[in-house]
Amino acid sequence: MTTKQWFLSGFVAFTCIVSTAASAGPIENYSPVTSQRLENPEPGNWMLYRRTYDGQGYSPLDQINTSNVKDLTPVWTFATGVVEGHEAPPIVNNGVMFVATPMGQVIALNAKTGDEYWRYKRQLPDDLFQLHPTSRGVGLWEDKLYLATTDDHVVALDAKTGKVVWDTKVQDYKKGQYMTLMPLIVDGKVIVGGSGGEFGVRGYVAAFDAKDGKELWRTFTIPGEGEPGHDTWQGDDWKNGGGSAWMTGTYDKETKTVYWGVGNAAPWPGEMHPGDNLYTSSVLALDPGNGKIKTYHQYHQNDSWDWDEVDAPMLIDLQRDGRSIKSLVHPGRDAIFWVLERTPTKINYVAGWPFVSTDVWKGIDENGKPIVDPDHKPVVGKRVEFCPSLWGGKDWPSAAYSQKTGLVYVPANENFCGGFTGEKIPLKPGELWLGTKPEDIGLKAKPGADHFGEIQAWDPATGKKVWQHNFPKSQMFGSVTATAGDLVFAGGTNDRNFRAFNAKTGELLWEQKTNSGIMGMPMSYEIDGTQYIAIQSGWGVDAQRIQDALATNNIGIESNVPQGGVIWVFALKK
Amino acid sequence: MSRASFSTSSSSSDNTAEPEADVSAEQTRRELLLGALATTACLGCSAPVRAGEDQPGSDERPQKGDLLVLSEGDNEGQLIKPDNLKLGGPPVRAWPKDPKTSVVRSGSRLNEILVVKLDPNELDETTRARAADGIVAYSAVCAHAACPVTEWVKADQGGDVTVFKCPCHNSEYDPRQGAQVVFGPAPRRLAALPLSLSEGSVTVAGPFIGKVGGAQPG
Repeated sequence: MTTKQWFLSGFVAFTCIVSTAASAGPIENYSPVTSQRLENPEPGNWMLYRRTYDGQGYSPLDQINTSNVKDLTPVWTFATGVVEGHEAPPIVNNGVMFVATPMGQVIALNAKTGDEYWRYKRQLPDDLFQLHPTSRGVGLWEDKLYLATTDDHVVALDAKTGKVVWDTKVQDYKKGQYMTLMPLIVDGKVIVGGSGGEFGVRGYVAAFDAKDGKELWRTFTIPGEGEPGHDTWQGDDWKNGGGSAWMTGTYDKETKTVYWGVGNAAPWPGEMHPGDNLYTSSVLALDPGNGKIKTYHQYHQNDSWDWDEVDAPMLIDLQRDGRSIKSLVHPGRDAIFWVLERTPTKINYVAGWPFVSTDVWKGIDENGKPIVDPDHKPVVGKRVEFCPSLWGGKDWPSAAYSQKTGLVYVPANENFCGGFTGEKIPLKPGELWLGTKPEDIGLKAKPGADHFGEIQAWDPATGKKVWQHNFPKSQMFGSVTATAGDLVFAGGTNDRNFRAFNAKTGELLWEQKTNSGIMGMPMSYEIDGTQYIAIQSGWGVDAQRIQDALATNNIGIESNVPQGGVIWVFALKK
Repeated sequence: MSRASFSTSSSSSDNTAEPEADVSAEQTRRELLLGALATTACLGCSAPVRAGEDQPGSDERPQKGDLLVLSEGDNEGQLIKPDNLKLGGPPVRAWPKDPKTSVVRSGSRLNEILVVKLDPNELDETTRARAADGIVAYSAVCAHAACPVTEWVKADQGGDVTVFKCPCHNSEYDPRQGAQVVFGPAPRRLAALPLSLSEGSVTVAGPFIGKVGGAQPG
């Protein structure tokens, strides 16, 4: 070999190395996802929205624990190249990570190295707009994955290649219909729900055949003529009554029941839609086989505060008042920490208490119906103030439950109030229909407030708060995840930090500054004996809106969190 | 089940703060872009059918020679005349209209336009060159996430100057400076629409300058 030949050969080898480093190549040995795996996921995988069907947001991995979490360090990052709110948990199936981003992208990565396998970029319409341009993740089934898009399609992708397998239009995005949730996969059915309550849509939950995208059933969250509950609406209010269902449900595999959270009524002021307005601000118990409503519980009636109750309840087995309860636990946007009992045919009210201060409720009656203070219920033609703000005591970011501590960890906001003047505004399909002017929506801090965001730890069996961590200069707008290492992980604050707390005491044990604010959901996985913690950092949507509102409140909070998504993966230093 | 009730204060832990005085200030109240325009506001009435919907050319972008008509309110479809516009705003929302075919180009929301009459002395040189006697026009679609720009407010940063605002993500644009971004996440200015006056009506003098719509759809 001449010197020149050697040089060229070496150059080729070098470029191959560079090329290999930049791309992970094809996915060779993908692990098909089955009902059995989803019902009993391996500890090292995270294949559902909250890892398990019960929605607990708990990882049984404990290599990273209270004694060593101080040594947690980034092992790889990946810039998504996308702005806006990154809200999805990284989904991991035996070494392959799938990440959904705003603007309809899905990225498949080697979960150990961060190298890219493939990227799907949905070509969204130029005239599309929503208040919440985001995605909360992809569902897995067999060798495919499923994305619900903001232009209101459900798309199946080949997990190995990212190629589109099928694409089913659900409804018309031009009429305000869109989707942001992670599909729930149950026995080969891709179950989704619609966003768009702010556009005056009629909400629904629907299922599609995972194999071919054929619609199997659709259940409207607002009952039509002749359906039970229709009489809780007057006139034609039901046709545009909101009740969007834009968060992933939970699933009781024993009774084969899906529990789905339903959002608020539209438009916001309750006097524009008199009645209890079933099934808005409720949880529905659905048969995943046919979509039939088995039963329901309405958290609060005739919503007037924009209090979506879309975050599905966690399924937790409790010992309470001397008996075993198969519970539904839901820290509500309406400021009430709800403990319900699920039975095959009925949902019973067990207990409820405010987990942040509120002036809207005077109490809860024996049937679980909150007693409203009319002075703090918005009406048409008059400005009404109420606490907590329209973002509620806890918005969509999810709470978590630790099977080790028995505690529920709640991302909450205290000391925020709000208000608006109700106004009758004509409905135009595809345009905002809030029942007030957007610019009239107020957010203000309580006088003397010393903090806003909180992480709370509650014992759902006793109703006692065990600990609370306050964030003096930030709202809390990110989901919480618990691990068997007695740790609670959360972002959610405007200082761009990702944190770990002692699950038993609330002690802050570790924090890491990231590129942006974290709205995403922490998760944990394991490869080759190493436990990883992963999160998407990427500020936007409501976290940014609250930030902007706070910036005008003269309370020393600036609106300067940079946007742009980055996947962060951490492990212990070796 | 036993009756459960609670006080209206939180049952939270000891370190919850007690209220003190004067930290808060309510978020600045906003003027509604169109709601404040008495001649065009229509609150509580049903929306008329858009005149040019589904007709050939209704989804084409505005073209030179197009007239501008109000896109909503009691006077929807009416030609915009300089005398109908209040100096200093608020703006009105408009569609372009082909004067030859009378087709209103309302087939795409990307065609909706903000029209506002300002003091020509407030306009920068580039903006003044595109204006017709101080009347300026821009795309009504936010350059960030393509939400509608619906508010006319005092800028969050910049004193008493009034600006366009998109309520979705709070981006603000100054129409006196080519709708450059003065607050919020929008990455670029609103697309500008050059205007002229023809036979007493506000007329389109050329196509949009700049990209219409969001940075990335969504």
